[in-house]
Amino acid sequence: MKRYVYINDDELSQDLYCDNRISNTKYTILNFLPKNLWEQFSRFMNQYFLLIACLQLWPLITPVNPASTWGPLIFIFAVSATKEGWDDYNRYLSDKKANEKEVWVVKQGIKKHIQAQDIRVGNIVWLRENDEVPCDLVLVGTSDLQGLCYVETSALDGETDLKTRVIPHACMGIDFELLHKGVIECPNPDKDIRRFDANLRLFPPFIDNDLCPLTIKNTILQSCYLRNTEWACGVAVYTGNETKLGMSRGVPEPKLTAVDMMIDKLTGAIFIFQIVVVIVLGIAGNVWKDTEARKQWYVQYPNEGPWYELLVIPLRFELLCSIMIPISIKVSLDLVKSLYAKFIDWDCEMFDIETGTRANAANTAISEDLGQVEYILTDKTGTLTENKMVFKRCCIGGIFYGNETGDALKDLELLDAVVSGSPDVVRFLTVMALCNTVIPIRSKSGSISYKAQSQDEEALVRAAACLHMIFVNKNANILEINYNGTMAQYEVLDTLEFTSDRKRMSVVVKDCKSGKIILLSKGADEAILPCANPGQQTRSFSEAVDQYAQLGLRTLCLAWRVLEEDEYQEWSLIFKEANSSLVDREWRVAEVCQRLEHGFEILGVAAIEDRLQDGVPETITTLRKAGINFWMLTGDKQNTALQIALSCNLVSPEPKGQLLLINGKTDDEVCRSLERVLLTMRTTNSEPKDVAFVIDGWALEIALRHYRKTFTELALLSRTAICCRVTPSQKAQLVYIIKSCEYKTLAIGDGGNDVRMIQQADIGVGISGREGLQAARAADYSIGKFRFLKRLILVHGRYSYNRTAFLSQYSFYKSLLICFIQIFFSFISGVSGTSLFNSVSLMAYNTFYTSIPVLVSALDKDLSERTVMQHPQILFYCQAGRLLNPSTFAGWFGRSLFHAIVVFLITIHAYAYERSEMEEMSMVALSGCIWLQAFVVALETNSFTVLQHLAIWGNLAGFYIINWIVSTLPSSGMHTIMFRLCRQPSYWTTMFLMVAAGMGPVLALKYFRYTYRSSKINILQQAERLGGPILTLGNIEPQPRSLEKEATPLLLIQPKNRSPVHEPLLSDSPNTTRRSFGSGTPFDFFQSQSRLSSSYSRNCKDN
Amino acid sequence: MNAAGSDGADKMHSKKPKYSMFTQQELPAFKPILTPGRVITLFVSIAVICIPIGLACLYASENVVEIVDRYDKDCIPSSYSTNTDDMISYIQSSTTNKTCIKKFTVPKKMKHPIYIYYQLDNFYQNHRRFVQSRSDNQLRSKENEDKVTGCLLEASNSDGPIVPCGLIAWSLFNDTYAFSSNNVTIQVNKKGIAWESDTQFKFGYDVYPKNFQSGVIGGAKLDEKIPLSEQEDLIVWMRTAVLPSFRKLYGKIEEDLDANQKITVVIQNNYNTYSFGGDKKLVLSTTTWIGGKNDYIGLAFLTVGGLSFSLAIIFNLLYLFRPRLSRVQLCGNSDPDGGWERGGVFEQAEVEPGGCLDSIELLFQKQTFEFDDLGLLSLGFSRSGQQQNLLT
Repeated sequence: MKRYVYINDDELSQDLYCDNRISNTKYTILNFLPKNLWEQFSRFMNQYFLLIACLQLWPLITPVNPASTWGPLIFIFAVSATKEGWDDYNRYLSDKKANEKEVWVVKQGIKKHIQAQDIRVGNIVWLRENDEVPCDLVLVGTSDLQGLCYVETSALDGETDLKTRVIPHACMGIDFELLHKGVIECPNPDKDIRRFDANLRLFPPFIDNDLCPLTIKNTILQSCYLRNTEWACGVAVYTGNETKLGMSRGVPEPKLTAVDMMIDKLTGAIFIFQIVVVIVLGIAGNVWKDTEARKQWYVQYPNEGPWYELLVIPLRFELLCSIMIPISIKVSLDLVKSLYAKFIDWDCEMFDIETGTRANAANTAISEDLGQVEYILTDKTGTLTENKMVFKRCCIGGIFYGNETGDALKDLELLDAVVSGSPDVVRFLTVMALCNTVIPIRSKSGSISYKAQSQDEEALVRAAACLHMIFVNKNANILEINYNGTMAQYEVLDTLEFTSDRKRMSVVVKDCKSGKIILLSKGADEAILPCANPGQQTRSFSEAVDQYAQLGLRTLCLAWRVLEEDEYQEWSLIFKEANSSLVDREWRVAEVCQRLEHGFEILGVAAIEDRLQDGVPETITTLRKAGINFWMLTGDKQNTALQIALSCNLVSPEPKGQLLLINGKTDDEVCRSLERVLLTMRTTNSEPKDVAFVIDGWALEIALRHYRKTFTELALLSRTAICCRVTPSQKAQLVYIIKSCEYKTLAIGDGGNDVRMIQQADIGVGISGREGLQAARAADYSIGKFRFLKRLILVHGRYSYNRTAFLSQYSFYKSLLICFIQIFFSFISGVSGTSLFNSVSLMAYNTFYTSIPVLVSALDKDLSERTVMQHPQILFYCQAGRLLNPSTFAGWFGRSLFHAIVVFLITIHAYAYERSEMEEMSMVALSGCIWLQAFVVALETNSFTVLQHLAIWGNLAGFYIINWIVSTLPSSGMHTIMFRLCRQPSYWTTMFLMVAAGMGPVLALKYFRYTYRSSKINILQQAERLGGPILTLGNIEPQPRSLEKEATPLLLIQPKNRSPVHEPLLSDSPNTTRRSFGSGTPFDFFQSQSRLSSSYSRNCKDN
Repeated sequence: MNAAGSDGADKMHSKKPKYSMFTQQELPAFKPILTPGRVITLFVSIAVICIPIGLACLYASENVVEIVDRYDKDCIPSSYSTNTDDMISYIQSSTTNKTCIKKFTVPKKMKHPIYIYYQLDNFYQNHRRFVQSRSDNQLRSKENEDKVTGCLLEASNSDGPIVPCGLIAWSLFNDTYAFSSNNVTIQVNKKGIAWESDTQFKFGYDVYPKNFQSGVIGGAKLDEKIPLSEQEDLIVWMRTAVLPSFRKLYGKIEEDLDANQKITVVIQNNYNTYSFGGDKKLVLSTTTWIGGKNDYIGLAFLTVGGLSFSLAIIFNLLYLFRPRLSRVQLCGNSDPDGGWERGGVFEQAEVEPGGCLDSIELLFQKQTFEFDDLGLLSLGFSRSGQQQNLLT
């Protein structure tokens, strides 16, 4: 499918394509209600509640006023719908602003001001400097004589450098005001922002009527900015939501956290329980009806009922028990989750002053998963390192520079060579200065700054400038170089661009003075060295590469070749043809480039340093102590990767660390290597060695294709892995493998090549770094620096998990509590399905009285941030799901049963005989529930801020105030009831009795466990609150830096010296466990339920 | 350049999130923990509060003088009392003499007001069909006379809507009692037995009974000349009871009854509880601040108080004989190198006699490895499980 865009021809393309109205909104005013309702009802829980609410409309079976379900249901729907609507309205406003922006359009040679939304496909849009591009345009004219213009594409791909765009050669020299006949043949809209394979044909009267190929270089895309160019104009080809940007806006698939899944499971369990209760009570009710109720003349049971008579009582109980599943849980969770996300956004400590970026939670729904991360897969460049490249060393013609000083720019030998004009060095510097796509920008003060797409190129150009080879100006295709004060000019004939497959880039330049044509190349060693001139020895260069890689430096080989005029001309034709092909353009271009890039004369190796970011080793140490496994996935060389891994504590040096290499070029080699590593891994797993495996992209490809099962096993055995030279899709595959074993994965990266991995992982974290915002946009969380990951996981993730675990179980507790009372009551009301509580109370109970206090649990902190940071091991409780699993839930279930018994028994005995009045007693039972739940929240709260007090005790006061108000209404069933009760001393003594009887055992149990069966959280709480010991524990913990040197936790000999009994309270490495007990000891006793079950399910899956 | 740089820095800073204690989650917080002191004190204080209240309740309950007299069996003439069917036919017949005389003695002096209740057992006023069969609107005002939809049964007949409609009103209790002592009638005050709020707001002064009990007769009939707001028996009856065994106020005796005073009650035994085997009792009772006779509350308080007290004692003993673990941390050695070694602890213990040696020992023996065991070993274990499976 293709689209034909007729330039400036209103009649032909008027209605074929949409106008330029951007719409990011999900709804319109008309479809908002139905669409939103449809979306909400696609959730199972909502369907359930709707069914219940509909059943309640049948007066025969409804125990209470239908409003008691409809009210909360409508309230909850209204809250969700309002939130959605508000978000959508904001999107609408920003769309509107963009749509109503005034832009210039050239029509019949006359410039007109119109609103951006009125641009049609085929219109010519005229832009001034610093204007935002309103839609995707094919450039047809600029102020520049060569037809160049510069655009900033940061809004599109996050890259902050300026990109050059050029008008198609067919339009060259034509006044755009005259340009009004022509057709652009272009593909249908897609989202590939790097590709635009189209053709342009101008109609007569223009002389050049040939097909002119168009590439992405001829376009300026929506949301870019025009820079350094006075004006530019272009033909609109894609408009509105069909632009490249518009097409790439997708709705990301909602991620479901492990906690959510657990809540769903528990909901399912409760649902089954509810069905069982309903069936039992339904049968009991029917039996009682037939044996007893027919004798009770005052209820006038007819002898013959309708056909559905048997169903009536079970359905009544279904309605009565429907509150077992808390209707408010979804809304409560949504509310607190957005608060967690806000806390991340607001966090001052995760603000990166250097780049001015704050942490941002784009996905508000998955904070709990952060606390359950088990694997972190990290990119290297820009994530662990600063991605701030500095030229450090070089090897030119076999001579090493910078080895003594550590900085080649300060190496006198090199400086001498530059001054004396050694030909090798000069050629080397020329390649450094010319072989790039850097744009020099001269500021008013005369200093030159460079705008570069790649950090490496910028580093090289800068270094060359320091070595007196200054890249001064780029004027269209003419590059000006100032070498030792003499100016030289080169004309760029062709640029053979860098792609990750080719791993090199070249330029063909013509020396303006001598007319010589030269091919300048730079690239990875394995891409350059094999193409060397057969006569040249490359050994010294590969040694240099190895040496530099050992030091953790990035290496680039620089090479050149002088081209013959004929050779170039011949090649140039093929190249042009390849460049204008519509199919497989990239592949064909690469093939053509290959033809030119051979027979190089290798000039030397440049080594560039990429410094580690601040705090990376500490962060990795802390997170590894928290039991998180680290994998490093990088496109870099093995040696460089290893070096970085060592310096950031990812792997330990010999002897405590051991690296297992998996390599090989063929299937067999890889297989053997894999088996060997696996064997070593199994045997060493019991030893306190820090074993990591290293694999490169090639072996990985084979392993993934043929030995996936073995590789998966290895992956799960190993706490650390380094994968080098991997492609973006391999990164994503690795994430997928770990994820499919039901481990929680977090992928962190900063560049476009990490996007797939970030999207694949359970949690994607993007670093808004120098490589642009692509990763940060795709990610669920974006942070400014790698070191913030520590805080993100240990503080935000952990708190979120803890809070949600409490909130969700509490929601079930309070619903079960009131439901159990209803069930008990049904046994003394002839199993007839009478509701003890009135409609108002039931409605307010779930949505109001019990929801507000628990919302402030979103502020609860069990341990201070500092303690958690010092004892990251504590994260284990979250990872293993210790706080929310079937057994903790059983505890809450038991608690609600116990409390229901307490409330029910005390109520019916205290209000027996003459005081046995329906309304009064239901209020007594209800206030009992409210009191108990207030104390339950208070007991489970670890830190009381003002807000907690306000919510818990204020809610209690609110309960009375609301009921007093309702009690003043004569028409309500409970008229005057609450006033009567509050005047009775026995009411207050009953409340006291309920609280004492209900909370006493709970408190005693909690205290007992806290003191004599304390979890590590409890121990740290005691330590933290009673003072002192934090220092003690803090001191035992080795400083992260010194860990590597002192090797406290990892030395092999250590266990011999120390008996296990001497371990510090919280030993600082998780590895110690293996050492202390050996691997064979079964510790299933300690294993949490979930861990057991999950490992079990994993096993099942694999079989 | 410099100016631009500092501008940039300012810009960077301006993006920084605003600091507030709330957004940084640093609100000052009270972080209580369960120290033995606090918990034991709490339990002791619960006991200290509960036990006196329990005793007071029991005392109050003891002071209530209550006479309970079951009369449903006794008031059936012996010729009818052989089986249930006979009893039912006796009670349903309009010709039988239902008058029944019972005598009892006042055990203790009863001070006025003495409340007269009738107690029904096994009567489900809380049954779903029963409890909802009423129309509050109709009861409230004359205009709503025909709003009978809520009643479902006994709602209307050929003559129009029944006022008051519904099963509750229809089944109104209709036994009557007349008290006398030594042939002197004891006056029973039947005014003011209903809640004031009910007579004022719930039952209209302009609503008169209509069509009531005109079909199948359930319970008592109402005088059609008295408005509902003054039909206190009905109002009391319509405050439905939540338990199947309940008492309802019949009237009050406004004079004291002396101990050993002989009371004669003339009962009109009209109400049919025989069909479902319900009991009928006549109750005379005085009242105190906790209401009528109710030992349960007092006993419950005593139980809770006693339990709290014993928990406090148990925890105290535990605390004395098995010291708390957290004391370890309190007296932990801050020396980073040797503090946690056994030797270090011994030395410290020698230096500080009576320190926390025992607790440290306990900690080491019981606790040290739990975390790691729980933590990463289980991880390792689950993985080795996986491994085996992969091999098979």
